[in-house]
Amino acid sequence: MALKHVNAVIVGAGAGGGVMAKELAAAGLSVVLLERGKWYSAADCRKDDLHNQRTTVLGNGFGPDDERNPRVLVDQQGERIVYPSESTYSNNAACVGGGTFSYGAQAWRFLEKDFRMRSTYGAIAGSTLEDWPIGYSDLEPYYEKAEWEMGVSGDDSNNIFKAPRRKNLPMPPLAPTREHQVLLPAAKRLGLHPFDLPMLRNTVPYNGRRSCMRCRWCVGFACEVNARTGTHNTVIPAALATGNCELRTECVAREILLDDSGRATGVAYFDVHDRLHEQSADLVLVCGGAIESARLLLNTRHRLFPNGLGNRYDWVGRNLHAHTYPAAVGLFDHDTYDDLGPGASIAICDYNHGNPGLAGGGMLANEFIRLPYQFMNQVPPWVPRWGQAHKDFVRNAYKRTIVIMGPVQEMPLFESRAQVDPKVKDYWGIPVARLSGTKHPHTLEIARYIAGKADAWLKEAGAVQTWRRIPPPTLSGGQHQAGTCRMGNDPKTSVVNKDCQLHQVDNVYVIDASVHVTNGGFNPALTILANAYRAADNLLTAWKGSKVRS
Amino acid sequence: MTFKGRTIRRRTWLATGLSVAAAGAIASSPQWKGASRWRFFSDHEAQTVEAISEQLIPADGDPGARDAGVVNYIDIQLTRHFKRWQAVYRQGIVSLDAASRVKFGKRFVELPSGQQVEALRDAEAHSKEFFELVLAHCRQGFYGDPRHGGNRNMASWKMLRLPSPPLRGRMHYDDQPKVG
Repeated sequence: MALKHVNAVIVGAGAGGGVMAKELAAAGLSVVLLERGKWYSAADCRKDDLHNQRTTVLGNGFGPDDERNPRVLVDQQGERIVYPSESTYSNNAACVGGGTFSYGAQAWRFLEKDFRMRSTYGAIAGSTLEDWPIGYSDLEPYYEKAEWEMGVSGDDSNNIFKAPRRKNLPMPPLAPTREHQVLLPAAKRLGLHPFDLPMLRNTVPYNGRRSCMRCRWCVGFACEVNARTGTHNTVIPAALATGNCELRTECVAREILLDDSGRATGVAYFDVHDRLHEQSADLVLVCGGAIESARLLLNTRHRLFPNGLGNRYDWVGRNLHAHTYPAAVGLFDHDTYDDLGPGASIAICDYNHGNPGLAGGGMLANEFIRLPYQFMNQVPPWVPRWGQAHKDFVRNAYKRTIVIMGPVQEMPLFESRAQVDPKVKDYWGIPVARLSGTKHPHTLEIARYIAGKADAWLKEAGAVQTWRRIPPPTLSGGQHQAGTCRMGNDPKTSVVNKDCQLHQVDNVYVIDASVHVTNGGFNPALTILANAYRAADNLLTAWKGSKVRS
Repeated sequence: MTFKGRTIRRRTWLATGLSVAAAGAIASSPQWKGASRWRFFSDHEAQTVEAISEQLIPADGDPGARDAGVVNYIDIQLTRHFKRWQAVYRQGIVSLDAASRVKFGKRFVELPSGQQVEALRDAEAHSKEFFELVLAHCRQGFYGDPRHGGNRNMASWKMLRLPSPPLRGRMHYDDQPKVG
């Protein structure tokens, strides 16, 4: 039986897709929202420290599953199949809400320079570093809309580096933890500008949901009291409440359907019973995250697009990057752990830009609570990896460390990319993503510099010992994956225009971090949300088609 | 090449996968007599992994890996999420015993503690895949959630002075200063 034609079919119910569903449905368009994962709820928190979305040694908490969703990784060791619960898979999530269901919920606005990296720093050898076709001022009203409609807490009044904002955040920050109280005066003594970092997290009742209860099971888990904010508990329910949006979960998109002239007519997908459907629509919105969105475009073949939809100039899947997270760990001679979640609370933007000789930098903040098994990663390199000495260190240091880390803005590389594998297919027979590439050496240079700054902050705070972690030069992806469908004015060097519309097919949009030209020195969620609000506004202004209700 | 047979319906396929794995574990268990208390290991394998785990995380004033039931965690997971590493364990234990025999004339479990440490240092250098797996799994079984079969009586969480009850609700929050 043919499915009823709709105005828009959206692939992926994450940050971008969730906002698009709500904006379009509220404007009177009929919408089908396809999500490959399930709709989890607060009751799915489970507090399982070995089986969640960050510690995945026993599997991903919120998808996808290892059994049906392989990828191929190409690195120095050669080529091999990798599974979603392995870090090299570069997983984000597969569920309603996408990454926003289980993230830490930091809600950053990028800075003005983050949209003008090429103009600010010039060409970087080997990198495709470029300016965005839009600036901070284009996004500012939509940052505000995301902050107020979804709900952001924090207080950045002491952040002298922030870009101008018209309105303050709607909610105050959480009361400071012991870590916060140790780090705040130290940062001030160093002449830095510490402040309460912004989070998509209720600190007072907001939008009919309660406030954070400050448990230790935050990032990677479902929020047990529904105080952390994602698209799953805000815009997606709002979209459904309009009566114009239908959410179909456990539906896996195979390809975008095109007519003879190359215009999109809908999406072919497998439902929960593995039945193939064709959902016809006036508009196709691709919101699957940087790797899966690129994969869907590349798996869409047509006489006019033999190398994949929107890929005439070979830019789809290119410039895959995320963030490089340098860290410093400090050991103190007193307890710094007070069992108050979520952990991350104090940040500085002193090193996002203006670092001598470096093209950018990153925000620094303290890390989320480390559960006991996660603490294994905080043990310094000089402590033996096993035996009595290791156990002694863990026992003595567990409550006495502070970790400071930050997302260093990466220099995109043309050769770091997601392709579709010519041989390996997933459970549904769809060619899987094939990932390859590295980090740019300059990104690592910046990371080493930023780690030094984190280290200095910890020393000033009284750490008796410190050590640093610099990530390996391997491909970045994971939760912050970005860049694979670059936004730009020139169709030859980008995939979508500034309205997030494919240059080559005007009724297909890509709306997620794929379109990010660069990814800021910040967690990207709020920017994805704001850009979706902006893209929806522009789409609706241009919309000439029918509406179910207006 | 199609990944794991897309023609089979999902439920059927999952059930098939489980029974095949179970059959595989039974068939490949060298000392299977129908009465082992372990899901995957033979008694000797379990003793060996337990001895390894106790060297990696020894008992002192606080319980070690043996008391915390780490081998139980590994045994359970080898029939679940760790299925793909069954062969690495089976072969790794054989190699460890062989190396112990060559160097000390006995199987690993029969060695005195100091020689076990030495044998493990050799494994760390020469039997990397097996050693790294066991180390990671021991840490998980010792420091991870008891629901998965290790960390008996929350031994490690007590050692780390984690506030109890570990699955608390909001009462802790109620002691904190009010926001705003």
